[in-house]
Formats: sequence, structure tokens, C-alpha cells
Amino acid sequence: MSVEQVPEARTAGQTHRTGYDDQTRARLAADAAQIRARYPQERSALLPMLHLVQSEDGYVSPRGIAFCAAELGLTTAEVSAVATFYTQYKRHPNGTYTVGVCTNTLCAIMGGDAIWEELSDHLGVGHDETTDDGAITLERVECNAACDYAPVVMVNWEFFDNQTPDSAVALADELTAGRPVAPTRGADSVCTFKEMSRVLAGFGDGRADEGVGAGEPTLRGVALARQEGWEAPPFPGGAEAGKPVAERPVASEASTKTPARGTRTTKAAGDSHAPKPGAEQSSAERPATTAGDVSPEQQQTKQQSDDAKES
Amino acid sequence: MATTLTPVLTDTWDKDRSWTLRTYEANGGYRGLRRALAMQAGDVVTMVKDSGLRGRGGAGFPTGMKWGFLPAPDGGPRYLVVNADESEPGTCKDIPLMMASPQHLIEGMIITSYAIGCRHAFVYVRGEVLHVYRRLLKSIEEAYAAGYLGTNILGSGYDLDITLHSGAGAYICGEETALLDSLEGLRGQPRLKPPFPAVAGLYARPTVVNNVESIASVPGIVVGGADWFKQMGTERSSGHGLFSLSGHVTRPGQYEAPLGITLRELLDMAGGIREGHELKFWTPGGSSTPIFTAEHLDVPLDYESVGAAGSMLGTRALQIFDETTSVVRAVTRWTEFYKHESCGKCTPCREGTYWLLQVLQRLEAGRGTSADIDLLLDLCDNILGRAFCALGDGATSPITSAIQYFRDEFEAGTHTPADVLFPPERSSLFAYTPRRSGAQLAGVHA
Repeated sequence: MSVEQVPEARTAGQTHRTGYDDQTRARLAADAAQIRARYPQERSALLPMLHLVQSEDGYVSPRGIAFCAAELGLTTAEVSAVATFYTQYKRHPNGTYTVGVCTNTLCAIMGGDAIWEELSDHLGVGHDETTDDGAITLERVECNAACDYAPVVMVNWEFFDNQTPDSAVALADELTAGRPVAPTRGADSVCTFKEMSRVLAGFGDGRADEGVGAGEPTLRGVALARQEGWEAPPFPGGAEAGKPVAERPVASEASTKTPARGTRTTKAAGDSHAPKPGAEQSSAERPATTAGDVSPEQQQTKQQSDDAKES
Repeated sequence: MATTLTPVLTDTWDKDRSWTLRTYEANGGYRGLRRALAMQAGDVVTMVKDSGLRGRGGAGFPTGMKWGFLPAPDGGPRYLVVNADESEPGTCKDIPLMMASPQHLIEGMIITSYAIGCRHAFVYVRGEVLHVYRRLLKSIEEAYAAGYLGTNILGSGYDLDITLHSGAGAYICGEETALLDSLEGLRGQPRLKPPFPAVAGLYARPTVVNNVESIASVPGIVVGGADWFKQMGTERSSGHGLFSLSGHVTRPGQYEAPLGITLRELLDMAGGIREGHELKFWTPGGSSTPIFTAEHLDVPLDYESVGAAGSMLGTRALQIFDETTSVVRAVTRWTEFYKHESCGKCTPCREGTYWLLQVLQRLEAGRGTSADIDLLLDLCDNILGRAFCALGDGATSPITSAIQYFRDEFEAGTHTPADVLFPPERSSLFAYTPRRSGAQLAGVHA
């Protein structure tokens, strides 16, 4: 954690030496009040408030930590403990743009490693390091849910799909030169790290309608289905479907031209699925083991059973 | 008969301004909500139970049954939390869904909340997808403006608020109890269970945590009915699902099909493995599911069949790798990921992933020892089933399965670097000259 040097010790009654001026603090406090209002319990506001701090300072600053602590009635240690857990909370002043090269397995093998090497050499910085001009913080990032567009580069968490070493270097040069760049799928241009952080704190920037709904790979399945005339089974009742039950005519027997797979019966699916190692451990997968951890049905069964014993 | 695609969730994605409420409504959106509000809440739960819908976030637990686990109402709050923290390597379905059609999720959330008696629902979306956050925020605003959210929704007397919450970069927050801790403003670390979220979840109140695609599938079920949904898929794995093809495939992308389709069928639709190459290995459902090989091309991609073949359906994240790919390199990189993302709460995972990576890195560099394979398997044996949550288990899956199918490549790691055996420039989707590898030696061995 980079802690800013505080020139003089703080004396009792003084605000934090690195604190915000009154005007800034009032503005941030008003934002924080809005954030807190979104949650039944105010501690939930901490993550968005750390994004808010980054929108002001470009990283999670000591004064930002103090601000969050004061607003939420926490200690600065408690706030720091949370801030240091999450990779998006930066411990050093971030560049104007975070450039993240996906080097998780799929992207790495499709060329992400080569893009990383090229970009790191070109910019002269390594992972989580910022260029001297403060324009770019370079990162190796984990899977960003765009594997069908591999290899992927993210700039301030906007998608730059199907990259090559050359395209990534050209992108970095544009950012360095201060020229606007447009993601493949995202807003019309990439905003700054601070602007992005404010959106993630829950304050919209009015840019949701910019950009495309989907890229080509996202639409490949549906495009093929259109081409081949494949459809999901029609809803029973056709256009009437979805009307409140009372208004609907009796649904006709379902018929479908869709050659869906497998034979099926009316038996409800999935009534016995024991968890197994490696499966996502859904809470509901394990048998109830405490009195408080039983379903209404179980409780009812037990009650009936108990009643029977007493009678 | 060959299986065909069944666009349900994807059906509106190619429409003009697909992400807007107007487009969603013009294509039949919010019919499900109107119908649900005219039903008893319990009947909605029953309908989803009867549909056989199983969790699309990986575990495949029956969604309706999960809702049914909530204790009887006690007058206090009950919560729905949508897990939109899609981060499993290879998984790329929820993010495009929310980018292209966020209203699908919002409508599903309103119906689900109504069904379980929730008045305040949350979307926990990962923080690394800025434009998806924007689209969700806008879609919630649009839903409020149209009277689908807020008080007295569509005159029904039912009230609901939705809060959008951004994560901040932590894979572990996709684990549902870690997600809840994170949503409460804490470090995202899994909780000891029991109590389970159904009993003591968010703020220690009864909570349902569901995946984006699961919730987005609910409006269709309510409109079409359980039997409509069960026309797709297999008996125990019913319905449609997004299959995400990526890697060395001609046309990677999202293919929405009935559960039970095979990779062979999907590859046919996607133009096959990239030209001039052949399939080597693939993941059926993300990196935490044991890998498959060409011998598994005809395994029906449903929960039971994939399980019987030794893996898991997971998130249907089909990462495809051809014969140019070093399995040791792939597995080492995944292990790097698990080590990085281990939350540190429990020892088997925290220490185990560290040591797994140490051993794998020397094998990748061609400096492994003859005991390393056994050492890896022993380490995996001491993590699997002994970790706090599924992250530890998931970390072992690629290793044990890769050793099972490609043991010789790990043995080669005792004498030859992986990038000599498999020059990385042959795997990449563009031509380049590696600058920092032992590939100069490749000519000697190739």
C-alpha cells in the first residue's frame, strides 16, 4: 500500500492532513448519502464508495479511506482491509487509462501472450505499472467474459475485441497521444479512469445507448438459426400467450417442429442431485443440518409427525 | 435427427437497439410479468419447479426447488440476489446477454421476486464490464419509468426495488456466499455453511441467489408454461441454454440450443475446428470442469451425460484447443489464475494453489522432476473436497484431467520446455515471432 508522506503529525481536533477541502468533502458526502440510500444496511455502500473515491483521486487514497471510514463509522483499517482485497481498487495513482491484456489461458493461447509482450516492451512498463506520462497503467487481466472475441484487450473496462500485437500498440499510441478511442462493443469513446469509476459507483453518465447491442460472435447462433429457419418451440396459445391466465383461451396441445433432443415425460426433473467435488457448492445442494436450515415443507412434515406423536 | 438451435434469450439480440425497453416490449417482453402477477406467488414457484429449470451458473441445482427452500414468511425482508459476476474462465454468456438484452434479466427478477416474496432485489455485476453496467442501470431506470418497478407494479399492489451493485475485481465473488459478503461491504470470502443463504443470506435474511441466465429464462417459462420449456432438452436437463464456443474454432460465438446437444453438432454449426487443424482438448463448462478430448465429441451436453463422462456441464463454456496447444501451458495458466484468485481464507486452497503453480511452472519450463506428476496428484488430492468452497475443487479439475489424458506431455516437462514442444506462435490466431521464449530451439525438435 502506498501511503502518502504526511509532512507533519496530526494534532488532536484537526482533520486528516490529507483530507479533502470542505467543498469537495461536501460534494462527496452528498454522493455517499445517495449510495447509502440504495441499501438496507449502510455498510453495503463501501464498495461503491471506494469506486467513488477512485473517481475523485484516481486511486484509493489515504484520504479516501479516511473519508469512507468516517462516513460509514468504520476504522480505516477495516476500510483498507476491504480495499486491498479487490484488484480494481488501485493502491497507487492510476493512469488515465487502464489497459488490460487478457492473459488467461484461452486468450493467452490465441495470442494474448504475444500482445502482452509487445505492449509491455512498447510501453516500457510491466504489470500494474504506469507509464511516466501517466497515460496508461498496464495490466495482465483475467478472463473478462469475451472469449468468443479472443484475444481481448480492455481499456478502462471497455471491450477491444480480436486484437493483435499491432492493433494493441496502435491503440496504446492513440491513448498516449490523448486521442479518443472507440471500443468494439461499448460507448462511442473510452472515458477516463476517474469517469469510469464514477459510473461504477452508480452514477450514470448517460451513455448506455451508445454503441452496438452485440458483436458478430454474440449473434452467430441467432444468425444461423434465422438462416436455417430454426426456432424455439412456439408458445402455446401463440399471440395469446402471456395474457393473464383468466383471459387466455385454453392452450392448445403443444406442437413443435423443433426437433429438440431426447424423450421426455411429465416427471419433474432433477429431484435428487447430490453435490460432488468440483461442482459449484450451491447452498441449497447440501442437506439441511440444523434446525434453522429446513424448508417449509420439511418443517410441515416434522410438525405433522410431532403432532401425530402427541395425539 | 440433428439438434437445431432454439433462440429464446438470443431471439431479440439482433433487433435494432435490442437493449432498450421499447424493443424488448415490441418483441413480447413483459408478457410474463403480467401473467405472473395474475397468479398466486406459490403457483409461479410451482411452474418453475415443474419446468425443470436448473441453475445456469454451473451447479445445475433446480431453480424452483432453491426458491422453495426459503422458510415461511415471518414478516421480515427476503432477498433475491442475481449473480452477474461472470468470471469463470471461458464463460462468456451472461455478459453478452446483459449487454444485448438487459430487460430479459430485469423482467425475470421481478417475476422471481414476486414468486418468493422479495421487495428488494440486487444485481451483483462484476466491475470489469463498464458498458454492461451502464446498460443495466439504464434498463432499471426504464423499468421504473414504465411502472414495472417501484410501488404498486402494474396495479397489482406488489412493490419492488432493484439495486445495481458493482463488484471490484474478484473471481471468488461468483461463489454465492462470498458474493453476499461482498455485497455487505466486506472482503469477498465464502461463508461457512450452514446456515445457507435460503435461511440466512444477505443481512442474515432468507435469500435466493441465482445466475443471470437462470433468471432470464423465467419470463419464457411463465409465458409458455412448464411443458413448453420441457419440449427442449432432455428429461432431467430441460430447456434451452447458451453454449459459448471459443478458441480454435472457425466461428466462435453464442449458440443457444437445447441441453443435450453435442459438441460435434455445435462444431458443425460453427464451421468446425480452424482450417487445417484438429481438436485436441476442450472444456465443457469452464476451466473448473475437467477437460474433454476428441473422444467426447458425442457426449450429450446435459448435466447427467457430462457427469457420467467424468466432467461437469458447468456454464457450457466450450473452450476449444487444437493440436498446436500445449496442455501443460494451458493448465499452468489456469492454475496461475486459481492461485491469484484464491481468497486466502482456507489453507488447502491458499497454500495448495501456490504449490501447484510452483510445480507446474517448472514442468512448463522443462525442468520438472520425475516425481512431479505424483506430487501434483497428491496436492490435488489434498485440496479436492477439503477446501472451504468450490474454488479449490475447481483448481484441481484441469490438472487431474489433463494428466489423465495427456500424461506424456507432463512427463516431457522433465526435459523439454512446453514452448519448444508446442511453439506458441502456431497456436495464436495471428502470425508473429516470439521474442521471449525458447522457441529458437523449436527447429531442432520439430
